Amino acid sequence: MLPNSPVFGRSVAPEALLEPGLEVAVKKRLADAALNAAKAKGASYTDIRIGRYLRQFVTTREDKVQNIVNTESFGVGVRVIVDGCWGFASVVDAKSEAQTAKAAEEAVAIAKANARLIKQPVQLAPQKGFGEVSWKAPIKKNAFEVPIKEKVDLLLTVNDAALKNGANYVNSVLFMVNEQKYFASSDGSYIDQDIHRMWPTFRVTAIDPKTGKFETRSELSAPMGMGYDYLQANPSDKIAGITTRYNKGYDMLEDVTAAARQAKQKLTAKSVEAGKYDLVLDPSHLWLTIHESVGHPLELDRVLGYEANFAGTSFATLDKWKSKNFNYGSKQVNLFADKTQVGSLGAVGWDDEGVACKKWDLVKEGTLVNYQAIRDQVHILGETESQGCCYADSWGSVQFQRMANVSLAAGKTPLSVEQMIKDVKKGIYIIGDGSFSIDQQRYNFQFGGQLFYEIKNGQIAGMLKDVAYQSNTQEFWNSCTQICDERDYRLGGSFFDGKGQPMQVSAVSHGSSTTRFNGVNVINTARKI
Amino acid sequence: MVLLTEAEAKALLQKVLSYSKADECVVNLSGGERGNIRYARNEVSTSGSTINQNLQVLSAFGKKVGVAAIDEFDDASLEKVVRRAEELAQLAPENPEYVGVLGPQQYLKSAGYFESTAKITPAARAEAVAKSLAVSGNQKLAAAGFLEDYRGYSAMMNSKGLFAYYPSTNVNFSLTVRTDDGTGSGYVTRGYSDFSKLDTVSATKIAVEKCLGSVGARALEPGKYTVILEPTAGVVLLENIFFGMDARSADEGRSFLSKPGGKTKLGEKIVDERVTIFSDPTNPELPASPWAGDGQPQEKINWIEKGVVKNMAYSRFWAQKKGVKPVPFPSNVIMAGGTASLDDMIKSTQRGILVTKLWYIRSVDPQTLLLTGLTRDGTFYIENGKIKHPIKNFRFNESPVIMLNNLEALGKPERVVSTESNSNYLIPPMKIREFTFSSLSDAV
Repeated sequence: MLPNSPVFGRSVAPEALLEPGLEVAVKKRLADAALNAAKAKGASYTDIRIGRYLRQFVTTREDKVQNIVNTESFGVGVRVIVDGCWGFASVVDAKSEAQTAKAAEEAVAIAKANARLIKQPVQLAPQKGFGEVSWKAPIKKNAFEVPIKEKVDLLLTVNDAALKNGANYVNSVLFMVNEQKYFASSDGSYIDQDIHRMWPTFRVTAIDPKTGKFETRSELSAPMGMGYDYLQANPSDKIAGITTRYNKGYDMLEDVTAAARQAKQKLTAKSVEAGKYDLVLDPSHLWLTIHESVGHPLELDRVLGYEANFAGTSFATLDKWKSKNFNYGSKQVNLFADKTQVGSLGAVGWDDEGVACKKWDLVKEGTLVNYQAIRDQVHILGETESQGCCYADSWGSVQFQRMANVSLAAGKTPLSVEQMIKDVKKGIYIIGDGSFSIDQQRYNFQFGGQLFYEIKNGQIAGMLKDVAYQSNTQEFWNSCTQICDERDYRLGGSFFDGKGQPMQVSAVSHGSSTTRFNGVNVINTARKI
Repeated sequence: MVLLTEAEAKALLQKVLSYSKADECVVNLSGGERGNIRYARNEVSTSGSTINQNLQVLSAFGKKVGVAAIDEFDDASLEKVVRRAEELAQLAPENPEYVGVLGPQQYLKSAGYFESTAKITPAARAEAVAKSLAVSGNQKLAAAGFLEDYRGYSAMMNSKGLFAYYPSTNVNFSLTVRTDDGTGSGYVTRGYSDFSKLDTVSATKIAVEKCLGSVGARALEPGKYTVILEPTAGVVLLENIFFGMDARSADEGRSFLSKPGGKTKLGEKIVDERVTIFSDPTNPELPASPWAGDGQPQEKINWIEKGVVKNMAYSRFWAQKKGVKPVPFPSNVIMAGGTASLDDMIKSTQRGILVTKLWYIRSVDPQTLLLTGLTRDGTFYIENGKIKHPIKNFRFNESPVIMLNNLEALGKPERVVSTESNSNYLIPPMKIREFTFSSLSDAV
């Protein structure tokens, strides 16, 4: 489910975000206290997460700073298995061994109380311990080291450019996150990780005073597993075309300038004629369709019914997977999960239950071959090792199965976007993500976008508006006929993907190259009130 | 320490204000405990509780404003947070939209705190769930549900002597029941301030009935149909009107309430004259805070009266700029209805569709409030005043403004939980003509 409210901790001074957390040796002592306490009380398995979560959000509109939020959240979560049942307890601001040991004992007590209610004991896939290891996101510039003033100046410059180029209103935001996570388990792992995420966003609004119509255009950036270096775009990060798109570096000023002009252009753009079109989907758009129609239905907990009361179940049932011939998409379609992709939101060294991250196939040459699972589920798939999809959004939340980065593999034959468009007789080229909705089993979906261009006989014929397409997941992926090659491969993603009750958020990327889908149903969304 | 009484909150706030050296200072304080139990595949999956307390200080020197917050309440921490807010204010640029703090206010009385809810224990939660599982378990169905309760308070005080305190409780219960073969699915949700009103057995029977009744769904052609929206279905559409009542967006020309030339639809009839949407924090069925976060009183106010836009929400800054009275965003929303029961409404329907729940509602066009989403967990065809058979789920593309112009009938309002925002409302069932379904879904 998208979107959601971000999770906050307590407000702190910006400088506090640069203070180092606890030393690794201290964290190990806290962890050992919990591991020993749980074992002494009868736990057959224990893990502990010591987490420090730092967030900074800078929010502006036009020439004003609306809000600067700096938060820090620190605490410890302990999870145990006793008598075949999970138990979890957490404690805020735990800095003593007595506190972590007490949390472990509470987790044991909860597991014992709940054990009488379970029908099947937990079957945890074995996992070797990794000893004392660490992982750090390969960032070049820590966003928290950049002075607030520099961030405010950037956003106000961005807003000014939008207003000068025809926007009536503009909102812009920088989201920055640093997760400092220490994980230890009774398997013998002590894992220290430092994770960074960054998302520059804006929305410009243009109004036609005569008709009273308004149009908006939002950023073509992606949230990334990067530092402030994402905001330093090199020429090689820019994809030229009808509008510039971005790869591993984002030029916010250039994008907002284009956005203001395009929002104005949308006011007089042609309203789409409903019907069947071939769609050419840019990665800045397609990530969301992948997220909703592939990422979510291939989460094993949804397939099994654990999310039935909220996010829903899945059409991709186990019998379809077992048949080994469920046709998810056309032969060109290769979809994979990858928690190691550099710069992605989901990249870490180990997941939140101590499993080393990896890459695996979900759909191979159009056929469903696998799901995303965690340690207490993989036995259902006949596997002996978890895929490493476990995540909790806070030390205080219990970890559960979350989506890995799920991406569409680039085409193997050389193909540029221009070449792809040249071959389309009646089509629409869609850039950027917009409105989105999909049913609870992930069959029927509808997506909008930011920019729509009509393609007539291989040429771009002008801008369209009021466009949304509707399809069915299997039909849609089977209508995929061409995928541009590796040169066009880019990431998109979600900073706030929601799941679970109480809801937890997670950040996840989805990569693709520009892709063509034939004969998709397009509706016109214009109405009068 | 978490749940402070009014006197304790007052004393703590006075202490915090005593540290202030700023021209103006506002302190907002809140504390609460949330407990929950979650289950799926007929067994408990997770349970837990969280305790939170937070104190936020706003300090102002002229129009330079700083905000800082803290979750520790010892004296040193309290003084530190005031100093921090003052430092941030000194460093901040002038905020032209800062309008200063309010003086003391009078508030309506609202009884939203119930001991029955405040005293819920893990055992009571488990018992409520066990009763539900006993009902669905008898039918060999797969149940997945969630029960979450809250007890807490919020309070505020400022340097001009304004003091406000409001304690409240809430419990939300939701349940999805599915047939083992996945061909039927039913849902129910209940929200109360008073836990003693929650009857998980009768609620579960409704979900079970919908689940069993939805097996064997037939496909109808997408198109325009007369629909009866149960309150759980209707509320997720109406919420987009409630959230869109901001005067500033309307004045700026970027709202469904905007008109060409910088004008708005205030005072104009925008929906059927039987539609009245209002707020009343004292409503015993839906008690809510009698004050807004900035200390403004929440009063009984009509937003849409007999189809006409009567009021929009004005922030204090925007009200000052426009020379009108400020109106805070409300703490509850109620839609007036009639006396007809859902059964009466079905009986009076020649041909139509009963929609019991809608899912994944997202905005398609903010100008017209066009929304998309799907029916879910029980959709039924009505013919000659009777439910004839279950039908496959539809995607819809519809604006709640157009929908309320196509109103046929309103039933008796009831308290519902929005499956999109988790907020509680009082909403009637609605009969609507020409509701637009645009495609079919295979989802059950």
